[in-house]
Amino acid sequence: MAFKTSLSCACNVFFRHFSRTTLKSSPITQPKFPGAKTSWTEKLQFTEPSQYTPIPVYRVMDRTGNILDATQEPQIKDEILLKMYKDMSVLNVMDKILYESQRQGRISFYMTNYGEEATHIGSAAALTLDDLVYGQYREAGVLMYRGFSLQDFVDQCYGNSDDKGRGKQMPVHYGSKDLNFVTISSPLTTQMPQAVGSAFALKGTNKVVVCYFGDGSASEGDAHAALNFSATLECPVIFFCRNNGYAISTPVNEQYRGDGIAGKGVSYGINTLRVDGNDVLAVYNVTKLAKEYAVKENKPVLIEAMTYRVGDHSTSDDSSAYRSPKEVADWATNDYPTKKFRYYLESKGLWNGDKEKQLLEQTKKDVMSAFSVGEKKLKPKWTEMYEDVYKFLPAHIRKQRDSMVEHLKKYKEHYPIDSFQK
Amino acid sequence: MVLNKIVKLGGEVLQSAVPLKNKSQRCASHFVYSPDSNSTIKGDRTKMNMFQAINNALDTALKTDPKAIIFGEDVGFGGVFRCTLDLQKKYGKQRVFNTPLCEQGIAGFGIGAAVAGSTAIAEIQFADYIFPAFDQLVNEAAKYRYRSGNLFDCGKLTVRSPCGAVGHGALYHSQSPEAYFAHTPGLKVVVPRGPIKAKGLLLSCIRDPDPCLIFEPKVLYRMAVEEVPTDDYQLPIGKADILINGSDLTMIGWGTQVHVLKEVADLLKEKHSISAEVIDLVSILPWDVDTVCKSASKTGRVLVAHEAPLTSGFGAEIAATIQENCFLKLSAPVVRVTGPDTPFPHVFEPFYLPTKWRCLDEALKLIDY
Repeated sequence: MAFKTSLSCACNVFFRHFSRTTLKSSPITQPKFPGAKTSWTEKLQFTEPSQYTPIPVYRVMDRTGNILDATQEPQIKDEILLKMYKDMSVLNVMDKILYESQRQGRISFYMTNYGEEATHIGSAAALTLDDLVYGQYREAGVLMYRGFSLQDFVDQCYGNSDDKGRGKQMPVHYGSKDLNFVTISSPLTTQMPQAVGSAFALKGTNKVVVCYFGDGSASEGDAHAALNFSATLECPVIFFCRNNGYAISTPVNEQYRGDGIAGKGVSYGINTLRVDGNDVLAVYNVTKLAKEYAVKENKPVLIEAMTYRVGDHSTSDDSSAYRSPKEVADWATNDYPTKKFRYYLESKGLWNGDKEKQLLEQTKKDVMSAFSVGEKKLKPKWTEMYEDVYKFLPAHIRKQRDSMVEHLKKYKEHYPIDSFQK
Repeated sequence: MVLNKIVKLGGEVLQSAVPLKNKSQRCASHFVYSPDSNSTIKGDRTKMNMFQAINNALDTALKTDPKAIIFGEDVGFGGVFRCTLDLQKKYGKQRVFNTPLCEQGIAGFGIGAAVAGSTAIAEIQFADYIFPAFDQLVNEAAKYRYRSGNLFDCGKLTVRSPCGAVGHGALYHSQSPEAYFAHTPGLKVVVPRGPIKAKGLLLSCIRDPDPCLIFEPKVLYRMAVEEVPTDDYQLPIGKADILINGSDLTMIGWGTQVHVLKEVADLLKEKHSISAEVIDLVSILPWDVDTVCKSASKTGRVLVAHEAPLTSGFGAEIAATIQENCFLKLSAPVVRVTGPDTPFPHVFEPFYLPTKWRCLDEALKLIDY
């Protein structure tokens, strides 16, 4: 009945307004459809992607570390600049050693960050520790900048008793409550709508949520949900896309058409920036601007950092099967973010060959020391496996655990219990 | 290569500072693979591992069916497990191609292609990543024929996906989601135990008039090697295989777990003079109730083992069906040896799996019940 009443009401309204005189007296110059704010046209034509001007790539430095526009040089304290450089270098050394350790079968898996160091460190330096970070999986530098120690990294990769994730996940699935870095999950893009929810919850606190993702991830349905929710629900989240050219083997021209990931931002009604992801100062500037805006306006920002994945996707991948060694070598030598930053620091008199040598030697020692300590640690007690499925161990899982305890009494020689804490 | 040099340097540092130990334990497999010895398919044979047998099946499908297309993430360069190796080179980008990274897209695209007459063969890179496609598979693919009164169907859709434990896959590279899909009328679900089965089942799935999912135990891709018939052949969906005949108890599994159970049967025979029958269920939906119940009635004791968690695992369905059909023939309750009701953990995998020792332990308890 309610339906019938409202229908007849609507009809009355409709007929009352539908008269030629009304139309004549107030000519409609703009379309009034609720679905779009735009103008009329009588020209029948496509809106072609070619008519659109792609969003330019913002940069501060050229490839040799020269500042291109002095007004764009960020005023970063020397000690912070040096920390940024140091962390980029440490990340490199850690990657080399952990990659090799996987090759030797010491850890089961690893993902290097080669080529993307500036996206990590430049963005991390523009944030504060109380901002909440959602990573995808290749953001070790962000975590390092926030204070995750070499020992923390190594312990997680070994899944030993000091792994903050308690041995549950594969290597590189880091997380830290203290550092406001939500634990990594392998399924791609799941972090994006979650980041929006967190941003909604943090509205008005002067904190932002930063969500990293890749050019491949942007194809998942969750990416659409996240961008759309953040715009409509006005959430202070920075979407930070590391566009490194490849999703495992799939190049970007098979991943999307149009103006990359940045091009999508505008169409969702989101303020968007595209940046040279190999220019750490530029990444710093865009992230800083994004944070200021997001906090002030309680709105999202999309950053697309253009970079190149110099390493294989992971230790399970051999990228020579789908891209030429020359292509990789070009990026590794001609536009390497750490090198570019080093030129800049040298031009400011903050860095030199001796300091570089010293840093690398010390870093190697530090990584190796963390490494050998981490390797010697036992795994958590094996019954840890049953913990944290729920807040409290439910009866049915307790029963399964107890029956495994009984089983091990009889068959312990067949299980690697000596590698686990008692 | 600059990078290689750097990496090599890292390795040298590592070797000298930290001597290697315990490498083998991490990489150790929890079972010994045993090839099929008495396959009766006629014709020439070639030695193939499981990814090669799957590649061979896909090649056969593309060759024999001009409407067949293969797509998914990274399939263009051969797929992360090499199952589509060289197929794009051979058949072109119009028939073998990468999709954007989107499982719901892959499933929906596959359904649509099938609706319009293509033979759609989709790859979901890991079974752990099939869940964004759950809606398309469960609500769409499974119900297409039913909801349209048979006006439309997507029977030409096949979804391939690697599943199961691999030694170090942890939460998101180890899962066995067959039971979720077994709860979905309209789908067919199969799991091969090796190369010969994989080729024959995959070709059956591709040519079956209903949408099929084939979960391929990824640990078998390289490890499992058999003399695979090179001709075009199909193996039945819905038919279990009795791999070892026995009289004292029945052990049922699928995929990798079949090999664990074969080892257990050997142990039972050698050390305890117990004769165990081993059944590979092969097909989860529909499943071979007749073969299972016949065996259960004969032995009176049944053990079902799977890697997926206990609660609502497919073992539950098997156990319930056996007690319905064979109640008076049973000498003991049907026992399930499975993963516990936890996510699939990383370093604890050896304690998570339904190992041969857990299966042996439970089999002996069954006998002594």
